[in-house]
Amino acid sequence: MKELTWRQRLSRFDVKASPYLYISPFFILFFIVGLFPLAYTAWVSVHEWHLIGGQGDLVGFTNYTDVVQQPNFYKALRNTFSIFLLSSVPQVLAAIVIAYLLDTNLRAKTFWRMGVLLPFVVAPVAVSLIFAKIFADQSGLVNAVLELMGATGIAWHGDPFAAHVAIATMVNFRWTGYNALIFLAAMQAIPREIYEAAIVDGAARWRTFFSVTVPMLRPTIIFVVITSTIGGLQIFDEPRMFDTLGQGGADRQWMTLTMYIYELGWGAQKNFGRAAAVSWLLFLIIVLVGVVNFLITRSIASSASGKAGR
Amino acid sequence: MRAAIRNIAAVACVGALLSACSTGTTPEATQSDAPSADPNQEVTLSVATFNEFGYEELFEEYMADNPNVTIEHRKAATSNEARDNMNTRLAAGSGLADIEAIEVDWLTELMQYSDKFTDLADPELDGRWLDWKVEAVTTEDGKVIGYGTDVGPEAICYRADLFEQAGFPTDREEVADLLEGDWDTYFNVGKDFVANSDGVAWFDSASATFQGMVNQVENPFENSDGTPIPLAENDEIKSIYDDIATAAVDDNLSAGLAQWSEDWTNAFQTDKFATMLCPGWMLGVIEGNAEGVEGWDIANVFPGGGGNWGGSYLTVPAQSENPEHAKKLAAWLTAPEQQIKAFESKGTFPSQVEALEDPALLDSTNAFFNDAPTGQILADRANAIEVQPFKGPNYFALAQLVTDALNRLDVEGTDDAASSWDKAVEAYAALGLS
Repeated sequence: MKELTWRQRLSRFDVKASPYLYISPFFILFFIVGLFPLAYTAWVSVHEWHLIGGQGDLVGFTNYTDVVQQPNFYKALRNTFSIFLLSSVPQVLAAIVIAYLLDTNLRAKTFWRMGVLLPFVVAPVAVSLIFAKIFADQSGLVNAVLELMGATGIAWHGDPFAAHVAIATMVNFRWTGYNALIFLAAMQAIPREIYEAAIVDGAARWRTFFSVTVPMLRPTIIFVVITSTIGGLQIFDEPRMFDTLGQGGADRQWMTLTMYIYELGWGAQKNFGRAAAVSWLLFLIIVLVGVVNFLITRSIASSASGKAGR
Repeated sequence: MRAAIRNIAAVACVGALLSACSTGTTPEATQSDAPSADPNQEVTLSVATFNEFGYEELFEEYMADNPNVTIEHRKAATSNEARDNMNTRLAAGSGLADIEAIEVDWLTELMQYSDKFTDLADPELDGRWLDWKVEAVTTEDGKVIGYGTDVGPEAICYRADLFEQAGFPTDREEVADLLEGDWDTYFNVGKDFVANSDGVAWFDSASATFQGMVNQVENPFENSDGTPIPLAENDEIKSIYDDIATAAVDDNLSAGLAQWSEDWTNAFQTDKFATMLCPGWMLGVIEGNAEGVEGWDIANVFPGGGGNWGGSYLTVPAQSENPEHAKKLAAWLTAPEQQIKAFESKGTFPSQVEALEDPALLDSTNAFFNDAPTGQILADRANAIEVQPFKGPNYFALAQLVTDALNRLDVEGTDDAASSWDKAVEAYAALGLS
C-alpha cells in the first residue's frame, strides 16, 4: 500500500465531503427559519411574555395549563378539525377524479390543465372578499338563490357547521386544482402498457381506475394527504377574512387554532407566552395527525393494490 | 369597487404577519433628541389611517406646498384592522408608518408604552385643542404622544323618506323634539315606528347602539385607578346590556347587523333600518355606503343628552426615520384650518378650539344630508357632552367582550341574552386580569 499523495487525499476528501456541501444550503436555511423559531417559541412559551412589554418571569408550564383550561381552546380545536375534514377529504377525492379526467384524450389539453390552476393564483384574501359577498347572511348570493327557490336562507355566520362549510368551500376552490395537477403528473408517469394490459383483460374503465391508477398513485396520495394535513390544520387566511372583524365570529364559531394563537398574542390579552404555548400544542397535534394519516393512507393504498389481484 | 380594493390592501397588510407592506428595515428607535432634519431634504412620509379621515385632498395640497415631500397613504378599512397592525408592528419594532392614526379607544393601552412614540410636545401648539383631548395623550412627565384630529359628538341620523312612510314627522326639528329624552324614549319611539313600518328596523346594530350608551358612563369597565371592574359585578354595564338586548331582540328594533360587515354595508342600499347613532365621522361613511339613496337627514338630538364616540389622534412612532418631517406634517394636518377641510370632506368634527368657533365650520351644510347645517348641529352636540368616560389600559379588551355578547344574540343568533352574558363573564375570567 503506497502512501497517498496530498493531491489524492484532497480529491478523496472532495468526493466524500462535496455532496454535503451541496445540500447544506437547505439545512442551514431550515435551521435559521425553521428550527430556531421552533426552539425560540418553546422558550417564549415557558415565560410570561407580553407582546409589547416583552419578556417576563419564567413560569414553567403555567401557560400550557392555562390554555387547556379555556373553552375557547377546545372550540378552536373543534373548528380546526371540522374545517380541515370538510376541506381536505373532498379536496383529495375531487383532485384525483379531476386529474383522471385531465389524463384522458382531451382537446386543448394544456388549456384545461392550466385552467384548474387558475383559482390557485388568485390571492386568498381576494378570494375571501368575493366569498364574503357570496355567503353574506342577509345580502349574499347563496341565500338569495335559496330564497328564490322558496327555501330559507342559511345562517352562514351564525351556525358553526354552516360557517365551516363556507370556509371549506373557499379552501377547496383554491387548492383542488393545485392537487389535481400533482396527481396528474403522477398519472402521466404510470406506464401505459399496464392500462393496455388491463383493457386486453377486459377491465372496465372504473375497474382500471380503482385497480391500476389509484394503487400506482400511492406515494403521491400519501404526499398530498400529508401536505394537506399540514396546511389544513394551519388554516388562517380564509376564516379570518370570513367576516370583517376577523375574530372567528362573536361566539368564535369559526375561530381556528392559528386564529386563537393570533387572538392570544395580538388580541385583547397580548399574551405571547400563551400564544407560544398554543403554537407548540398545534405543532404536536400536526405531527400526531400527520403520522396517523400516513398510516391510514398506507394501509388504504396497499389494501387497494392487494384487491387488484383478486 | 374602490372600497373592495382598499379592503384588500388593508387586509393584506394586517392578515400577513410578515407582510410585504412594511417599509423594509428601520434603524433602532430614534430618541426625540434627534438632530433637526434639513427642511428641504427629499423625503417620503407614510401616513396610516382608517375609515375616512378626509385627508386625500390635504395630502395633495401639502405635497404641492412642499415639493420635497412625497406622502404615501395607507388606509385600513376598519379601526380594528388598524389596531392589529399597530400592535404587531409596534412589538416588532419596525414597519409602522411615519404617522400612525390611533383611535381614542385603544389610546390608553398605548399610553403604557409612551416610549415607543416620539414626543410631540410643542409650546407653540398650546391651547390648540380641547383640554380633555390633550390630557388623554399627555403622560405624567409631560410627554405628548399624539395630536388630536377629531372628536365624535353624536347626533341621530335618520331616513326622512322611511319616516314619512311610517307616518312620522320628517323635519329635523320635529324629529329632534320627538326623540328628546333618554334611551327609553328612543326605544319607545322605535317600537312605535316598527309597528307602523313595513319591516324596516329602528336602528342598525345592537353593538353600535351599546357603544353610544357606554360612552355616557363615567367608569364603564374600569375604576379610575385603572383596575378592571369584574364583569360579573359590573351592574351598570349589565343593566345597559339588558336594556339594549331587550330593545334589539325582544322588541325587534334592531336590523341585526354587525357594523362594517358586508350585510351592514349593503343594508344602506336596501332600506333595512331608519335611524342610527351618528358621530361626526360617520357622516362620510353613510354617504359612501348609501350612495344614490335619497332621504338621509340628521337631527340635533341624542338620547341621554350628549355623547362622544371615537375621535382620533395622529402619532409619530419612535421607529420613524423622519420624525421631524413627520411631526411637521402631523402638526399641519391637525391645524384648525386643515381639520375644517377634513370636516367638509368627510364630516370628521374638529377637536381644535379655534375650529369650533370658525364660521366656516358653523355655517357648513351637508348636501347629502338634505343640506343639514351639520357644523352647527355637531357643535351643539359637542357642547351637550357632559361625561368623558374613563378608559383604562383594558378598556378595549373589556368592551370587546360585551360587543361580542351583543353580536351573538343580535347578529348571529347563537345565544339568548342570559347565556350570552354568561359567556362574556367566562371570557372575562380567561383574560386573566387581576
